[in-house]
Amino acid sequence: MSRRRPNLLAGFGSTVWLLVVGLPLYVMLVATFQNRADYGSNGPFALPEHFTLDNYINDFNSGFGQYFLNTVIVTLSVVAIVVLLVAPLSYAIVRSRSRVTGMVFRLFLLGLAIPSQAVIVPMFFAMSEAGLYDNLLGIILPTAAFAMPVCALILTGVMRDITPELYEAMTMDGATHRRVFFQLVLPLSKSGISTIVVFSALQAWNGFLFPLVLTQSAGSKVITMGLYDFQTEHGVDMPGMLAAVVLSMLPILLVYLFARRALVQGLMGVGGK
Amino acid sequence: MTTTATAVSAASKGVQGSGRGPGRSREGAGRPGFAWAAPAAVFFGLFAIVPLFLVVALSFASWNGLSDPEFTGLDNWKKLFDDPILIKSLWLSVLLTFLGVAVQTPLSILLGVWAAGHQRNRAVLSAIYFVPLLLSATAVSVLWRAVLDPNFGVPAQAEWLFGDGNLFGQQASAIGVLIFVSTWQFTPLHTLIYQGAARSVPRVLYQAAEIDGAGRYRQFFHITLPQLRNSVVTSMILMVVGGLTTFDTVLILTQGGPGTDTTISAYYMYQKAFKTFDYGTASAIGVMLILVATVISLVMVRLTGYDKMNSTMEGM
Repeated sequence: MSRRRPNLLAGFGSTVWLLVVGLPLYVMLVATFQNRADYGSNGPFALPEHFTLDNYINDFNSGFGQYFLNTVIVTLSVVAIVVLLVAPLSYAIVRSRSRVTGMVFRLFLLGLAIPSQAVIVPMFFAMSEAGLYDNLLGIILPTAAFAMPVCALILTGVMRDITPELYEAMTMDGATHRRVFFQLVLPLSKSGISTIVVFSALQAWNGFLFPLVLTQSAGSKVITMGLYDFQTEHGVDMPGMLAAVVLSMLPILLVYLFARRALVQGLMGVGGK
Repeated sequence: MTTTATAVSAASKGVQGSGRGPGRSREGAGRPGFAWAAPAAVFFGLFAIVPLFLVVALSFASWNGLSDPEFTGLDNWKKLFDDPILIKSLWLSVLLTFLGVAVQTPLSILLGVWAAGHQRNRAVLSAIYFVPLLLSATAVSVLWRAVLDPNFGVPAQAEWLFGDGNLFGQQASAIGVLIFVSTWQFTPLHTLIYQGAARSVPRVLYQAAEIDGAGRYRQFFHITLPQLRNSVVTSMILMVVGGLTTFDTVLILTQGGPGTDTTISAYYMYQKAFKTFDYGTASAIGVMLILVATVISLVMVRLTGYDKMNSTMEGM
């Protein structure tokens, strides 16, 4: 490139934004390592005087272990359902000429426009009627359903890029649809599959409204509910509360540190071109 | 909120990315049947489409959560349109959405274009900027509730900036907090959209501009910005749908208060249902939200050329 004058305005702006993003994260992290009294008297910006892990230990003792486990169960189940159902669906959408399949695709497109909040009342009604209220399954099923449209779009996008020649060659050899699916389509859609795994896992891990409305007892609460309860019940215990926030994001943060590229690309795929 | 929001953009992405398809001559043997799509269709129908019909049905019924729902015709709807809080909540939804778009759009365009550059520090900073997106809306709200707490949080330390410090006590500052927090949380997503788009602007355009002697700012306004047009549409629609259905943030940060000053429609619906057990009226608000979201996605269809869908379907 010809001239590289430093762009002062951009440098200034990006530093300001770094402060906006970084300061609350700093306050959060530092708060979790001190006791309530220190946090109260020294204020949110001070470094911990007496370093302690008590906040994390207390959170775990007050049920977060259970919430954690529940969230893991919900997340794994949602991811499993989404991948198991969306992969064959996308294969059918991309390859089938059946009119019904076309209609199914349009149904999923329609699903993109439904905000999950808007159907929370009938969901509560239906889950109560089905005896799934306050049951992890009651969270898993709708969460998976509402993650499916986006995942279907991502995966059909990827599968459309498989060239027709490959299908043709396999079909000529007399391969069944099952073989085409397992030996051609799935291996070539790996990137798309990991994207929908990331996407549906994020949705399930961070889900709030379905758990809020569809569960009640401590045994079936997920971690976002634990956070919400903490906030409403012990809202003045800032260090304890912020430790709970850190706990709630820890697994995702770890994924982010180790698989940043995949995660960003997954979300970029979700977010736009 | 994120679900719908990201969904809409992925729709346009999925469609744009699928322009090519095998030629007509290739049809025939080896087409998988509907059976492959059936499990997903049944599952989705059961847990997403059936509730959609149910919410419409419930909006014409009275139900308190215990006894069976009872058909009451248009009662809920009449009640709604006489309800000053509902009208106010709609206004607030629109206001919050509008302000959110106005703040986030320029910010994420600038950050996205900046992040599209290739220097090393940009990669590191972008990685940090990205972190808020990893937190759930719940975590974000709880975090900001703590940071902005009038007694223990930052306002107590910086009175010159925050005055008496209770940001949640007045409508204007409470709305300001809501806008700020959603900006904090969702700017990374929109930044990503613009970053991707800015990277795909053809280099020759800039080279030509440099030969013509156009400076950095002219290049930005005359090349980058026009080239980002489609992304602006996608991103704005995400913000609009997301803004209209914001819920967790309001529940945790302001509980709709002070008074009903931040009671937006989605939160009002939740209150109607799960605080006052008026599930019928809540369903009517839910139907309204669906209608608005559908209208927006139809507008999007027009604006983004999403209706090219049919032709790609034919080509398959």
